[in-house]
Amino acid sequence: MADFDTPEYRKYRDIPKLEEGTMSDSAPFIAKPVFQGPLGFPGELVENWQEVAIDKMGDLLGKYRGLQVYLDSCVKCGACTDKCHYFIGTKDPKNMPVGRQDLLRSVYRRYFTFAGKYFPKLVGAKDLTKEVLDDWYSYFHQCSQCRRCSVYCPYGIDTAEISMAAREILDTVGIGQKYCNEIIGKVYTIGNNLGLPKRALRDTLLDLEEEIEEETGLPIKLPLDVKGADILLVTPSADFFAEPHIDGLIGYAKVFHEAGVNWTLSSHASEAGNFGMFIGSYENMQDVAMRVRQAAEDLGVKRIVHGECGHAWRIAYSFWNTLIGPWDFLDQNYPIPQHICEYTWDLIENNKLNFDKSENDHRVMTFHDSCNVARATRMGDKPGGQFEIPRNVIKAVCNHYYEMDPETTKEGTYCCGGGGGLLTDDLMEIRVKGALPRMEALNEVVEDHGVTNMAAICAICKSQFSKVLPYYKMPMDMIVSVHQLVGDALILTGSKEALEALEAAESSEE
Amino acid sequence: MSVAFAILLYIATAILFVGVFLRVLKYWRTPAPLKIPTMPAPVTQMGVVFRMWREVVLFESLFKSSIWTWVFSWMFHLSLLLAFFRHLRYIISPDNIFWPIISLEVIQSFGKYAGYFMLIGLLGLLARRIFVDRVRYISNPSDYLMLLLILTIAGTGLSMSFIAHTDIVALKMFVLGLVRFDMQPLPSSLLLQVHLASVALLMIIFPISKLLHAPGIFFSPTRNQVDNAREKRHLAPWAAKLDANRGHKTKDQLVKD
Repeated sequence: MADFDTPEYRKYRDIPKLEEGTMSDSAPFIAKPVFQGPLGFPGELVENWQEVAIDKMGDLLGKYRGLQVYLDSCVKCGACTDKCHYFIGTKDPKNMPVGRQDLLRSVYRRYFTFAGKYFPKLVGAKDLTKEVLDDWYSYFHQCSQCRRCSVYCPYGIDTAEISMAAREILDTVGIGQKYCNEIIGKVYTIGNNLGLPKRALRDTLLDLEEEIEEETGLPIKLPLDVKGADILLVTPSADFFAEPHIDGLIGYAKVFHEAGVNWTLSSHASEAGNFGMFIGSYENMQDVAMRVRQAAEDLGVKRIVHGECGHAWRIAYSFWNTLIGPWDFLDQNYPIPQHICEYTWDLIENNKLNFDKSENDHRVMTFHDSCNVARATRMGDKPGGQFEIPRNVIKAVCNHYYEMDPETTKEGTYCCGGGGGLLTDDLMEIRVKGALPRMEALNEVVEDHGVTNMAAICAICKSQFSKVLPYYKMPMDMIVSVHQLVGDALILTGSKEALEALEAAESSEE
Repeated sequence: MSVAFAILLYIATAILFVGVFLRVLKYWRTPAPLKIPTMPAPVTQMGVVFRMWREVVLFESLFKSSIWTWVFSWMFHLSLLLAFFRHLRYIISPDNIFWPIISLEVIQSFGKYAGYFMLIGLLGLLARRIFVDRVRYISNPSDYLMLLLILTIAGTGLSMSFIAHTDIVALKMFVLGLVRFDMQPLPSSLLLQVHLASVALLMIIFPISKLLHAPGIFFSPTRNQVDNAREKRHLAPWAAKLDANRGHKTKDQLVKD
């Protein structure tokens, strides 16, 4: 498949011994000048890049308290050193969270601290050379901004914040990442990450409607740009055509149909994902997010529901109110925005949905907590709702469910390996290696409990697992959407199955 | 010699307080533009206070991540606190209002042995730094020197408690003299001089080193933010300025299909 070896499962989950430089050659393709301009970045490495980079670092230090505090506070205790999935999979010390941070911290110390200016050797301060810049480009694109390290750091140092700052500095000197920056460009010109124009989107949705009607006998709609709808669904564009995402979309549609609500998708905001966060650019993140507000205003909706997506849900839950709020024109009786799992669980709790759980009996399920949902967002009213609600939904529609090793779930969950702007073929090696800890935990429940499928609520997780599962000798279709399970078990009023069930119930009463 | 130490201690104290004050002011003034608490996070301000308390007093996150680092560093920091209280007797007079609050007897008896605890903690941390390859990789010379400096302070302090007693009555006169700006002689003891010089050095490097983790934790957005992003709009001043241009920008930049 590729010129690297898929890592072996560790027998006792032991911490790997360091092997320096195993991933020093890994680097994503660099964005072409034409894609840099629209994002507000220079096309190629500027002549005085050193000066520009240090200035930008100073600028960011003044704008982000987290960055300033995190660069100062690390005591090199080592608590984070074994916590990153990319370190576990690659053994490269620069993939230890603190190793990665130190790439930036050593330069910070050199230019911004007394000790680093006058005693650089003593405190490990380094000049910003081209080698250092290359290391930044390489290793800050081996971080999925999953925040696992921030759980375990005694000061809460979040490598995601450091990575975002580093990527913004890189963009500012003219070295952008092709994958992220091209995608942001597509959002600006077309409206979604996949570059799916309105007409294509409409055709896709119509095809899907036909498919659903064939299966259920019901005219279940996937409405697009319906003015005056009550609910705007914002979902990752992968839901429109990628597997297994699309089965999740069908699931949402069935739930909305059964709930009898007037909902719509938007061609203008046909993307929940927001790669502005990956590149650490507040401005780009705001511009991408703004499309959602515009769509909500144009369509005159009352509520926004958010599809299954991890980093996107972080931006929606944690950042939208800041970036594109206040939401004074929406119905304040509902959470703004509301996650589709919150929406569905609310209906289930109020007995609005009926399920035939046996429809999922051929599946033995487990659940992968998507990193950004778990550690950067919440669902429901209580802390930890982001863990409970998706599980509750799965358990309400499936009979067979098993948890993976608790050290690999909930707040301790491992990233799928493809988050944070790494979901590109030019980074396949780090993606496969970074998936190791999750694959180990999954393999364990497969062996112990015969688990057949793993559900996730993130477009990146779903794409990433589809791709890397075969490397670990597991079938790519093991990964499913939570709302695929919901859709499969949901008894739709008036559908063929519902009528059959009704008849069966009546005859048994007689 | 007494004068030299007096000056050194005055300077060190000034650097410590001014330096930390300026750093804290910087942290205070730098905005945190986005809500980034590490979840699950408390949904109330009281909850955040409790979370911070657990972090600062119990080292909760460290406990989750590395049990041996937790054991050694908690031993070290607790002993440091006890030693600090024990040293208060040098700096405040017997009739001070604090004494009924801080039980002299408890502090004296626990504090005396805290030094050993501190040594064990520090040696444990040093051993980790030397023998665990991952920790060795991330260690700079300053990380070892910091431990050696504190080991020196603890070692000389312990020696004065248990081996070569110094004239603590005279020492108290010296310290109270410093507080009252009324110079008194420092007892001549090499152990004491090394002890005081090391402490002064520690105070001087505090505001320019990783020791800033102490004030830093209180400003860490992943730990000190309330999880209420949906309920309450959070907006930093510089971000609010971007907002003002928002309408203009959307027309120009966000092409509609």
